[in-house]
This record gives sequence, C-alpha cells and structure tokens, in this order.
Amino acid sequence: MQIEGKELTKEEKQRLRKEKKQQKKGKEKKDASLPQVSVAETAAPASQLKAERRARQEAERTSKQSKKGDTGQPATTSKPKIPPNELQPGTQNTWSDHPHHMLYLIKQWLSPEIFFFQIPRRLDYGYKVSLFSHLLQYSRKAPLTQQLSIPSAVIHPAIVRLGLQYSQGIVAGSNARSIALLHAFKQVISDYTTPSNEELSRDLVNKLKPYISFLNQCRPLSASMGNAIKYIKKEISNIPSQFKEDDAKKKLLNCIECFIEEKIVLAAKAIAKSSIEKINDGDVILVYGCSSLVNHILCEAFEKGRKFRVIVVDSRPRLEGREALRRLVQKGISCTYVLISAVSYILPEVSKVFLGAHALLANGYVMSRVGTSQIALVAKAFNVPVLVCCETYKFCERVQTDSFVSNELDDPDDLIVTRKGETQLKDWQQVPRLGLLNLVYDVTPPDFVDLVITDLGMIPCTSVPVVLRVKNVDLL
Amino acid sequence: MPGPYRETDLTEKVEAFLSDLKRGGSGTGPLRGSAETARETTALLRRITAQVRWSSAGDLMEVIRKEGRRMSAAQPSETTVGNMIRRVLKIIREEYARSRGSSEEADQQESLHKLLTSGGLSEENFRQYFTALKANVIEAINELLTELEGTTDNIAMQALEHIHSNEVIMTIGRSRTVEAFLKDAARKRKFHVIVAECAPFCQGHEMATSLSKDGIETTVITDAAIFAVMSRVNKVIIGTQTVLANGGLRAVNGTHTLALAAKHHSTPLIVCAPMFKLSPQFPNEEDTFHKFVSPHEVLPFTEGEILSKVNVHCPVFDYVPPELITLFISNIGGHAPSYIYRLMSELYHPEDHEL
Repeated sequence: MQIEGKELTKEEKQRLRKEKKQQKKGKEKKDASLPQVSVAETAAPASQLKAERRARQEAERTSKQSKKGDTGQPATTSKPKIPPNELQPGTQNTWSDHPHHMLYLIKQWLSPEIFFFQIPRRLDYGYKVSLFSHLLQYSRKAPLTQQLSIPSAVIHPAIVRLGLQYSQGIVAGSNARSIALLHAFKQVISDYTTPSNEELSRDLVNKLKPYISFLNQCRPLSASMGNAIKYIKKEISNIPSQFKEDDAKKKLLNCIECFIEEKIVLAAKAIAKSSIEKINDGDVILVYGCSSLVNHILCEAFEKGRKFRVIVVDSRPRLEGREALRRLVQKGISCTYVLISAVSYILPEVSKVFLGAHALLANGYVMSRVGTSQIALVAKAFNVPVLVCCETYKFCERVQTDSFVSNELDDPDDLIVTRKGETQLKDWQQVPRLGLLNLVYDVTPPDFVDLVITDLGMIPCTSVPVVLRVKNVDLL
Repeated sequence: MPGPYRETDLTEKVEAFLSDLKRGGSGTGPLRGSAETARETTALLRRITAQVRWSSAGDLMEVIRKEGRRMSAAQPSETTVGNMIRRVLKIIREEYARSRGSSEEADQQESLHKLLTSGGLSEENFRQYFTALKANVIEAINELLTELEGTTDNIAMQALEHIHSNEVIMTIGRSRTVEAFLKDAARKRKFHVIVAECAPFCQGHEMATSLSKDGIETTVITDAAIFAVMSRVNKVIIGTQTVLANGGLRAVNGTHTLALAAKHHSTPLIVCAPMFKLSPQFPNEEDTFHKFVSPHEVLPFTEGEILSKVNVHCPVFDYVPPELITLFISNIGGHAPSYIYRLMSELYHPEDHEL
C-alpha cells in the first residue's frame, strides 16, 4: 500500500495550514525528521510503529504548544508493559517547520482510501470443533498487528497498544480491561481535534468505530467494555453543539473519570462492605480463579479482623488462581490450593463459595470464567451457599441459555502440556480428527446461585432485569 | 533338592511383585493397568498353590491369606489384588465342597433356616485331605485366568448395543476398557467423542490421540468445561478403578463432578468395568480411602516462597455414589447398580471379605 506509514490526517492538514499562516519566520531547513520517518517505514513494523508514535507525539507537542499550554500528558493505561514513547532528544524539527514540503506530501498522499480504511479480518487458527465453528479462534502467537502494519493515521497508537495487550493476555479480567479501555479513550479524546465542517458529537463517535472494531479483532469485547462504550457514545452525542472543543473535551474526560470512580472503584467498596456482613469468623471460603472484586472483598474482610481461611480452586490452562493465591498469601490469609477436579474432595470442608462474574445476563444467568458453573453445581449438591459478586455496570441485556451460542475460543495450543518429558498433543494439527477446545466463558443457571451482591444491594439472580430497567430509566 | 529351590524362587517372585506394587502406586515405577495386575496376582497365586507344601484346603487358604494380606498392604489402593485373592479363596472352597460331595449352594450362605435346623454344623474347618484337590484348584485358577484374558474383548463386544450413530459421547481420563469399547463401536458407527483431560495427570490427552488415530472424531476439553459442554452430550461412558459393594465407584478425580453434571442434564452414565474390579468394600466415610500424590503436580516447586504458606492437595480418586450411575457394563453383561451386591455374593464368600 502506498499510504503505509503516512502520519497525516485531515485534522493535521488543517493544523499545518493554520501554522503555515501563523509562522512567517524562516525555519531550519533540516530535513532530519522526514527522512527519519521514511527510513523507519522500511524497517520492521515494530520500529515503524515506534517512529510513527514518536513523530506524532512531536507534532502534537508542538501543535499544543503553539496554541496554548500543554494540558494532557499521555495517560498511562493500567498495566503498561510496552515502555512509554521516547521522544527524540533535542530536535525541534517537526513537519510544522516544513510547510512547503508538507503541503507537497499532503497533495501527493492524500487519498480517499485513508478515510475508509477497513480493519483486516484476523485469520482463524487451527481446527475448530464443529459445535463452535461459528466462533472465532485465534492463536496468541500471531497477533493482528504482526500480520500487517496499522497506520497510526487511522488507529490511535494508544488503541494499538491496548489491542496488543488484550490479544497477548497482558491485560486480562473484565475490570482491568474496562479501565484500560477507558484510559485509552481518554487519550484519544484529548488528542482529538474537530475537523472544520464537522460537529464533535457526531464526528468523534464515527472516529471511535474503527477503534472498536480493531479491539474486537484483537480480542472479542467483554460485556463490561460494551457497556462502557455505550456510555461514552451516549455522552459524546449528548454534547451540545455550542460547546467549544476544549470545554467539550474536558467534559468528556470528566465523565470518563466519573464512570471509573463510581461504577468500578466505589462499587467495589460498597460491595465489600455488604459482603463483610456475610463472612463470619471460622468460615472456610472457596474462590475460583482470580476475580479482582472477590480478592478485594477478602482482603478487606481480613483487615477488618474476620477470621477465615480460603480455598483457591484453579483450572488449566490459564491457572489464574495462582495470581489470586499470591495476593491473598501476601495479605497473610491462610490458603489452600487445589485444581478443579478435586473440588468434590474439598467441598465438604467449605462453608461458603464466593464467585466473581464477567457479566450478568437479563434472564438471570451468570456469565463467568469457564468452570464457575461446575463449582456452583457441586456446591449445590453439597448444600453450600453460592454468592456471586458483581458490579451493576456489568449487567447486560443479552439473554443466553447455554455456553455455545456466544462464547470466546482461546488459543487451542494452550492445552498442550509436557509431562515426564512427553508431549502427547504436540502434533495435534496433523492428526485429522483431533480437536482441542479452549473455552473462556460459561453460563451458570440461576438456580445454582443463592445471592448476588451488587453495589445496589444484595439481590437474587432473578432481579437482574429489574435493575436493568431501573438503570435504563435513569439514563433516559 | 528341588523343594527349597522352588520355595526360594517363589519367595523371590513374591517379593518382586510386592516391590512392583509399591513402586507402581507412587507413580514412579511402570504404570500397570488393573487387568495386568489381576493377571499377575492370579498367576502368582497359582504358583503358590503349585509349589508350597500344603496338606488340606485349610492350610492352603491360610497360606494364601497370609500372602494376600502382604500384597494388599503393599498397595492398599490397588484393590484388584485383594479381589483376586478372594476369588481364589472362593475357588478353593468350592472345589473342596465338590470333592466332599456336598452341593455348593448348601454351604453357600448362612440362612436363618440353616442356623435353626443344623445348629452349628455349618462349621467347616477344611481339614480333610483330598488327592485331586490340588489339580482341581489349579485347573479352576486356569479358568479364572482365561476369563481375565477375555474381559476387555467381552466388554467391547457389547459396544454396538449401546452406541447409535451421530452420538456425542463424553469420557474422562484414560481407561483401556473404554478405549477398546469405543474403538469396537467405531468400526460400524460414526460418533463423536469428547475427552476431559483430567488434570493434573492429563491422561485424557493419550486417550484422545489414541482414539483419533483410529478414526474417531475426538475433542479434548479441560476439566473446567465439563458442565459447559454437557448439554450437548448424549452419553457419558467412563471406566473406573474400583466398583464398591454398594454399587458406587472409586474413580479418577473429577468423575464425581462429571457424574453430577450428567445427572443435572439427565444424561445416562455408563460405567465399563470388568468383574475383577468389583470389591467387597463398602464406602464408610468419604475420606477413608483417599490416596494423595505429590502436590508438585498441582503447584510446582517453581512457585517459590508461597509454597511454605499454602496447603496443596492432589487427591487421586473420587467417590461416586450409586444414585448417579445408570448402568454397569461388565464382561458378563449389563447390570443396574442395585444388582451389584448380588454379583458380589456370587464371586466372594462372606468370610473372605476381611482377609
């Protein structure tokens, strides 16, 4: 593609024209940044991405400085593994210094395709089990960004980074993913400038569409992320047209902050407060996998002085329970650790089961990590109460009765294990009739769940549509 | 003199067998299937019968009981050893009764009628000497061995009566009996098998590769997904380590969850178990027969400092109550779990339940 690596968008073109009119002084004729950028294009995609980011950052910086004081530093996402962008030291040259050259490039490279850029479909990997052939199955070793280079003209670099973090599993867990998404959107909004003939409320929403579809390709969106996106879109479209751009952006950033604060942080505190009443001294509590909310509750209860011990149940291939185990042991809680196949051995000792949820569906089913329904089933058979903890922003209007129709398939290679030097499933792709199934979610029927603890109080599973209705009325 | 040589040779063999049992159970020695263990035990008992000096049936039974106790103690979880010993003891009783001329059923069980009428004559001390007894016993043990050889095939022959086409069958872990069962059905029917891998030993992987090489559509799932996929499963077919006297199972861990999920979805649970796995033990408390292996399988030593602060369990077996089981398929046919106690009384004498 000829337009690979071009960092110009309509907004930048506008900005440059403005600057050209403003700056009448002579500039340095150093073309250092330009060839650097074009050299970087021919290099490997990773460094190309970095160079693009660097160059774009410089442009933003100078443009912001030329207008008014710089307000926003790039917001860091919750778990940045890729180091923050480094600026080229000491250079003052950006494209704004070479308007003639810029204009030439603009005229040459600007084409309609850049505005109708389609996010390419990510390829399926491996043999898919027939019952799940309607779902997508990706390999972790081949993320979307390796298969092609995404011009940062179309996808904001913060979103690219976020997509990579999702697809590699660096950011995992519904709360963490939502918070990361919101931070990335804050970055996008603060970098956004309205084009001259457009309204912010409509254009920004259109800008977000390719980002969302890109993130969806990296990893299917979770219900919490879906709700967060809906909220942001609503807020954006509700911006009155007479707002100045900066005020609008400030308002949006504020809204996002409020959302995170209210729906996630404060909700966790409220849930912890109500759950602590349910934890008595001498309890043996069973938890499954790593739910940030359940860990928070247990740590709070321990700090308040309740005496209990925890049994952490874990399952292959993700083995997320080890992370929960580390956090709880660090706090000083006495823990036991088993795999999910031993749950019917350990359940006679248990007095309560605390489960986290990925989403609560409108027919009362709980969508959560695969294995949750199994634990609830066995707990029911042993007459142990099952409590699900979930914030209200995860309530979803979808209905589902089984775990097949809408689910997520993870990398099937994760199931391969080497024991005693032998890897049984090493060549599973060659064997014609062998399939590996790595499900991510499953749904728990409401008769297995005794109580749902939310920030609105403790409700039975069947009251979820009531909460949804109340929420929708509020939003109107 | 041939006598002492044979005896030392015999003790050697017994010691070798005992050490094999001990090592096999801890997972370090060569893993042997139950059928193999049963065969070796029976062969060893035949050798003992042939080589040890005994004069009456009572002596022989004493010797076998003594050896049997040692063998069971070497690996208590390997119940096939104890089962074979009890079978042989029952064979000896039967042969003795036949040699004496009395019918077998009369001496069989204590009934109220017998107690009142005979008044203590049912005391049998097996002290009479019969010349043909040794030969008869050895012949009967040979028959037992032939029966053991054919168990897997007998069970596999019944496969076509239980599997229809386009079925989805679920199984867990690795059972040679179930493998033979499914492969036999696959010759004539097309169906789909879902194997739960059964962590941490992940024996389901071997089962899946073996089945798919024979042309059966196989899918491997994790243990956590058992309930999630159960709604599409038509039958659950499993093997077991032991069948207990009340019709319950002692099977590989994860089987209880599988059975509960099957019950919830009203899916029939079929257990393929040969008769030598039937044990006269009753489950008294859930934990009296649990066996654990090194927790290293669950939480490896690479996890570091948290290891010292955490309890880790790795149980090997699960108890499945008989209410969750639909059918037992054994080499003598299919039975309901409520019939197991009757089969047990045919195989073992009540006085041999305690070795």
